[in-house]
Amino acid sequence: MSASQQTPDNVYLQVRNVTKTFGHFVALADISLDMYRGEFICFLGPSGCGKTTLLRIIAGLEEQNTGQIIQNGVDISRFPPARRDFGIVFQSYALFPNLTAAKNIAYGLEQSKLSRQDIQERVQQLLNLVGLPDSGHKYPAQLSGGQQQRIALARALALSPGLLLLDEPLSALDAKVRASLRTEMTSLHQRLGITSIMVTHDQAEALTMADRVVVMDHGRIVQVGTSQEIYHHPATPFVANFVGVMNFMQATVTDQAGTVYWGSLPLALNHHVAQWPAGSSLTLAIRPEDVRVADAAAGAPSVALAHIEQTEFLGPTYRLHLRIPANGNGHHDVSLLADIPAQQAHHAALQAARMVPIQLPSEAIRVFAPEA
Amino acid sequence: MASTTTSSSAAPTVPDAVIKQRVRQSVTTEDWLIRGLIVLAGLWLLVIIFLPLYSIIYRSLTDKAGNLIWFANYATYFQNPALYGSLYNSIFIATVSTIISVLIGFLFSYAVTRTAMVGKPIFRRIVMLPLYMPSLIHAIALIYLFGNQGFVTKGFFGYFRENWGFDPSFDIGLYGPIGIIIGEVLFCFPQAIIILIVALSLTDARLYEASTALRASRIRTFFTVTVPSIKYGLISAAFVCFTLAFTDFGIPKVVGGDFNVLATDIYKQVIGQQNFQMGATVSILLLVPTVIAFAVDRIVQRRQMSLVNARAVPLHPQPNPLLDGVMLLFCMIITLIVLAMLGTAIFASLVNVWPYDFTLTLKHYDFGRVGGGGFNAYWNSVRMSAYTAVFGTVILFFSAYLIEKGKQLQWTRSIIYFISILPVALPGMVIGLAYIFFFNQPSWDMAGLTIPNPFNVLYGTMTILVIANIVHYYTVPFLTATTALKQMDPEFESVSASMSVPFYKTFWRVTLPVCLPAVLEIAMYYFVSAMVTVSAVIFLYAPSLKLASVAVVNMDDAGDTAAAAAMSVFIIVTSIGVRVLYELVTWGITRQTQAWKKR
Repeated sequence: MSASQQTPDNVYLQVRNVTKTFGHFVALADISLDMYRGEFICFLGPSGCGKTTLLRIIAGLEEQNTGQIIQNGVDISRFPPARRDFGIVFQSYALFPNLTAAKNIAYGLEQSKLSRQDIQERVQQLLNLVGLPDSGHKYPAQLSGGQQQRIALARALALSPGLLLLDEPLSALDAKVRASLRTEMTSLHQRLGITSIMVTHDQAEALTMADRVVVMDHGRIVQVGTSQEIYHHPATPFVANFVGVMNFMQATVTDQAGTVYWGSLPLALNHHVAQWPAGSSLTLAIRPEDVRVADAAAGAPSVALAHIEQTEFLGPTYRLHLRIPANGNGHHDVSLLADIPAQQAHHAALQAARMVPIQLPSEAIRVFAPEA
Repeated sequence: MASTTTSSSAAPTVPDAVIKQRVRQSVTTEDWLIRGLIVLAGLWLLVIIFLPLYSIIYRSLTDKAGNLIWFANYATYFQNPALYGSLYNSIFIATVSTIISVLIGFLFSYAVTRTAMVGKPIFRRIVMLPLYMPSLIHAIALIYLFGNQGFVTKGFFGYFRENWGFDPSFDIGLYGPIGIIIGEVLFCFPQAIIILIVALSLTDARLYEASTALRASRIRTFFTVTVPSIKYGLISAAFVCFTLAFTDFGIPKVVGGDFNVLATDIYKQVIGQQNFQMGATVSILLLVPTVIAFAVDRIVQRRQMSLVNARAVPLHPQPNPLLDGVMLLFCMIITLIVLAMLGTAIFASLVNVWPYDFTLTLKHYDFGRVGGGGFNAYWNSVRMSAYTAVFGTVILFFSAYLIEKGKQLQWTRSIIYFISILPVALPGMVIGLAYIFFFNQPSWDMAGLTIPNPFNVLYGTMTILVIANIVHYYTVPFLTATTALKQMDPEFESVSASMSVPFYKTFWRVTLPVCLPAVLEIAMYYFVSAMVTVSAVIFLYAPSLKLASVAVVNMDDAGDTAAAAAMSVFIIVTSIGVRVLYELVTWGITRQTQAWKKR
């Protein structure tokens, strides 16, 4: 992944306080965001979070209620799409069905003052770039989904735009093609260095492709960060749950020393919890792959004997559905998921209905402050 | 278990002031061009629909001298039993015809879509033949079969009595309501079939599989799955048939005898008595029920929700010997009747003197011997239809494009859309009469000012005939065009804008070529409709500009029924010929320009 310099003078695109409503529905609520030259940004979020609306406002295909878009130092808020500098790939690709792949790519070039021969050369160059050197004469209906997507990408790049917008470009493809195109698009981005924004609801796509991920929900930006930051340090329970799989634990602070109980299980935390009074309720979170099969005996902090209710084979790992029984005192049973490497699971003969000691390492537990 | 903490917070709200704000993009030359064209489309509809309608309504509220007398004409109308009887007659005829047409239409459509009987494509083709015939031809064929000298009435001219010893002669009392209803049913039921075949085709086999899996009987499945899914189609078909039968002029004119309906009354008032005020009044009475039917249909259709999505599984009817057999018999009877009508008209046009001399002759095709305008009238009709097809298609498709794809002037576009689908509720006679009032008016006096009518020059020309046809048949092709345009990816325009390609270039290079099949379909529809129409043009043609379909009426009026049949055959052959030409052309074009459709 190309790391672009995140310095103020390297900002390429600025979104400033953009608000967009459809009737009384608020699609975007006061969004601000800086994007740097050469960056690959993903807008990630569930459907209806406003990610596509934001992309369309950047392209000028929607008019925002308030706010500005500044591209390369120029305020383009009032520019119609035709005056803006971007190429776009839609989910449907929107390839002109009656024109060949080559004519589709040449469509915008024919507007320019290039000679016929220059256009032909440029089209061939683009066809080579997307790995379809011999498909220029074919009509879109004669191309596979993945090939159509590449032609749409070549068309978007034809005029060498400063900004590439991708609206769920991979979601219409089947899983295998999607995975290979992911890699191809990333390497293409590295070669061209064009500032790119991709809208997606697929967290795996965002994590693998983006330099920075912008997680959105309900028309707001919830977190901006690298894939690692988003995955390992989610800012809110929403992000934690949306990106990857997460166990949430409703825990209670029991004394001034900061001991925290999840059900009847005492947990050791790296986090300093003394700031919260006894009796406050915290949301803790741990990824299934961070849950370990323990060596130590039960009774130590963060170690418990869990009942395996069900196992799921996921290939490289087994997912265990665990229940930790309460030891009286009005506590409830608690349950969580744990991903154990397949080899270890075989070795330890982890099967349903067995009991297994597990440990929740303190460094892997995320603490979310109690909601006010 | 992972808990279900998903949403970070509730949906945000913003102040009302922000909701009303908009960062407006600067308006480009292209935007102005689109706005200008939309306004132009609006003005065009204003002149060809709105102002003429205003003229006819206004005329119904004035006396002969032009003084405003409000509803006095209507009062006169409803005090005279000879006049208001026609209103009752028209409603009666239209209601009975609608019920029978929709019933036949439904059974036929069901047979060709939902049963496994043989010959479905053939039946579908034959039953569409009446669309290429003037409605009059049914009336003429009925006269030859059931009229005073008809085949059936005369017991097949003694053939059965001489050879078999019995006389099956039978007089159905054609002239009057019976004749009109039979004629209207023959005219209307193919229209019902068009709508109902579409409704019955849009289904999801999984609904039927689910119903079978739940052990519902066939009858129960029919009433719980089939009927609800075609409810809106049935309503639409009923409204279309009612409007057609209620406003038709040709059939009551020929077989009505002294049974008066509104359409023939308008003709008598205007042509016979030169009483334009009463003609306008009756026209409004003809207009009101069709507009109500139109409004109700729009409201009902708005409630329709599609049961069919992209993942729907097409239904493949299972064989059911009893049902298939009964339906096959039914379809054979219906198609035989259609063919018998056509055959009778052709045969009658070819025999010497019906019913006395059945030697074959072409003398009835020598139109010089009779009135009506002869071959001149025929060529005028062909020219008029060709102009209607060319200009109608161009104007209509472009305005449908502006309404569907133009992002400017949203309100204006909504209004234009509404006016564009309104003409289906306007009877041809009303359009014709309204055009007389509007285009024949040399000038208007308004607040002491005399404004000359710039459109007056069109009166009595080919242009006004073409415009009347374009308007009369505006709705169906408009909806065809809109549907075709809606099927285009809405992002085509966005992609073009991203490459700074102007909209007209994308229209020319992408939209039009992709929609070409729909465009040709529209042109063909216009041509055929203009060939067979009588009602819209009967008031408008000039003595020097006679038309074939009108000639049929006039020849029949003068007693030259065989010549009228001959002229009808000419019209049918031309319409079917154009249809064949259309099929050939689309086949050729599909091979060339629609190559992209093939994998």
